[in-house]
Amino acid sequence: MSTTTPSSSAAGPSMTLDVSGTPKVPFTRLVGVELRKIYDTRAGRWLLGAIVLITAAIMTIFFFAADGPDRTFGNFIGISATPQGFLLPVLGILLVTSEWSQRTAMVTFSLEPARTKVIAAKTVAALIFGLAAFVAALVVAAVCTVLGGAEGGFDDLETKLFALFLALQLLTILQGLAYGLILLNTPAAIVTFFVLPIASSIVFSLVSALRDLAPWLDLGTAQEPLFSSFGGAGLTGEQYAQLGTTTLIWIVVPFVLGWIRVLRAEVK
Amino acid sequence: MIKVDRLTRTYGGFTAVDDVSFTCQPGRVTGFLGPNGAGKTTTMRIMVGLTPPTRGTVTIGGLDYHDIPNPGRHVGVLLDAGAQHAGRTGREILTLGAKTMGLPMSRVDEMLALVSLTDAEAKRRMRNYSLGMKQRLGIAHALLGDPSVLILDEPANGLDPAGIRWMRDLLKGYANRGGTVLLSSHLLNEVELVADEMILIGRGKIVAQGDKASLLAQSGPAAALVTSLDNERLAGALQAKGYAAAPAGSGLRVDAEPAEVGRAALEAGVVLTDLRSGARGLEDLFLELTAGTQREGHPEAATQLQEGAQA
Repeated sequence: MSTTTPSSSAAGPSMTLDVSGTPKVPFTRLVGVELRKIYDTRAGRWLLGAIVLITAAIMTIFFFAADGPDRTFGNFIGISATPQGFLLPVLGILLVTSEWSQRTAMVTFSLEPARTKVIAAKTVAALIFGLAAFVAALVVAAVCTVLGGAEGGFDDLETKLFALFLALQLLTILQGLAYGLILLNTPAAIVTFFVLPIASSIVFSLVSALRDLAPWLDLGTAQEPLFSSFGGAGLTGEQYAQLGTTTLIWIVVPFVLGWIRVLRAEVK
Repeated sequence: MIKVDRLTRTYGGFTAVDDVSFTCQPGRVTGFLGPNGAGKTTTMRIMVGLTPPTRGTVTIGGLDYHDIPNPGRHVGVLLDAGAQHAGRTGREILTLGAKTMGLPMSRVDEMLALVSLTDAEAKRRMRNYSLGMKQRLGIAHALLGDPSVLILDEPANGLDPAGIRWMRDLLKGYANRGGTVLLSSHLLNEVELVADEMILIGRGKIVAQGDKASLLAQSGPAAALVTSLDNERLAGALQAKGYAAAPAGSGLRVDAEPAEVGRAALEAGVVLTDLRSGARGLEDLFLELTAGTQREGHPEAATQLQEGAQA
């Protein structure tokens, strides 16, 4: 077939498109394309490189700075949470907002008009990167613990807490995606993502009438037991419930609103 | 193949597309002509589902765009050649498209060759592309999935004369093989040579449509421009036949079909050196039909605005 032969030419001019032989774009292919979009620009590669380097650097610093008994596997993992929690959501934000700032949404949505499928593919792609970053942190932490960790450095392992910790990382990425979807603007989404939780914490700690409600309404307050209990006691049922309500308010609701906005948006 | 039916899109009180209906046939190039801001791009965005219509429908091959599976394989779209990530290379942009559509990577090389982008150019990032290179890449992207329908918004914008001719031949060939082409432009000359059918739009409304001949048929009385070795004698012969002839430049302007002028010259034995139609061209028609919609045609609107600002 020559390069520009329209497929209908064999049947002669026809006013209908024969789409019977064309399957829909499979979801896995969309995820593959979205994964590729994360690293196929220089900006994307810099961000990924920064995440890997900063994670490795902060563990190395901890390795030399911490006292022997503190060099446990759990602590190594815990220390990697901070930079990853800051940078991975930016990756999620960019995956959504760059489609608007670079106006590629026009191409993306004309190749796949089912916008929900595209959003889902972006979400899965961002979570895959989050999972990969977590696995990378596990490997580096294991190496650090084996090389120079405390005696019994792996003793404080508790699967449930690792799962919670991973869930927290992934939720943070979802939060980034949610703000990206709602604002569709890179600087606004990044600023909101970093400033809003701080503002919320300040309000809830300063206004005494709100202080009792803080664990139920303020994301930072509700997530604190996850960090403080890392390697220690588990969470109470009430703390799980508080994680649930704050996740709903700060992540789920914005995500749904952003999703609706993209479905309705006029793509220019 | 493309059927636009009573399409309307409003933005608040502003009507960008106003009750527009037309059809694009397979095997033909349809030119969509109008001044800037006439509603061409909005209509095209509605076609591919990027903008929801306020009223009316568009179907492509009988289907709503949303119901076409893997639409890139059926409808090639180029709405804005600049709407690509500035940090991606040309090759990467085509690769993302090919991957989404499920095409082999060899297709990317074929398309790059088709639009004459060299290997070195394909490796450059989009921000370093000239407008003409972006257009070529956009056309390559639209043709990637071997579609039977092409929707191109201002594809000749930024191409050099050789590039415009290349694109004209490409689209003609594509339509000759049975494809449907809709291309928009605000430049009549770009469309006139390639389009079998023309749709003229101004201020959201269709002001005329049809093929070139039928459009010209409504453009006023016949006229001819003629130059001969003896203009005076020819003018006399024409006047004897009842046709008004007035000097124009080195020749005459006659209110008659060129054939009638030729016949008069033959009978009078005058040697013609130049004879052509003096009827108003498409450009006059285009400007006249869209006059109410041209920015330049509304000086009073501008002055009113200024007065309003001063008050």
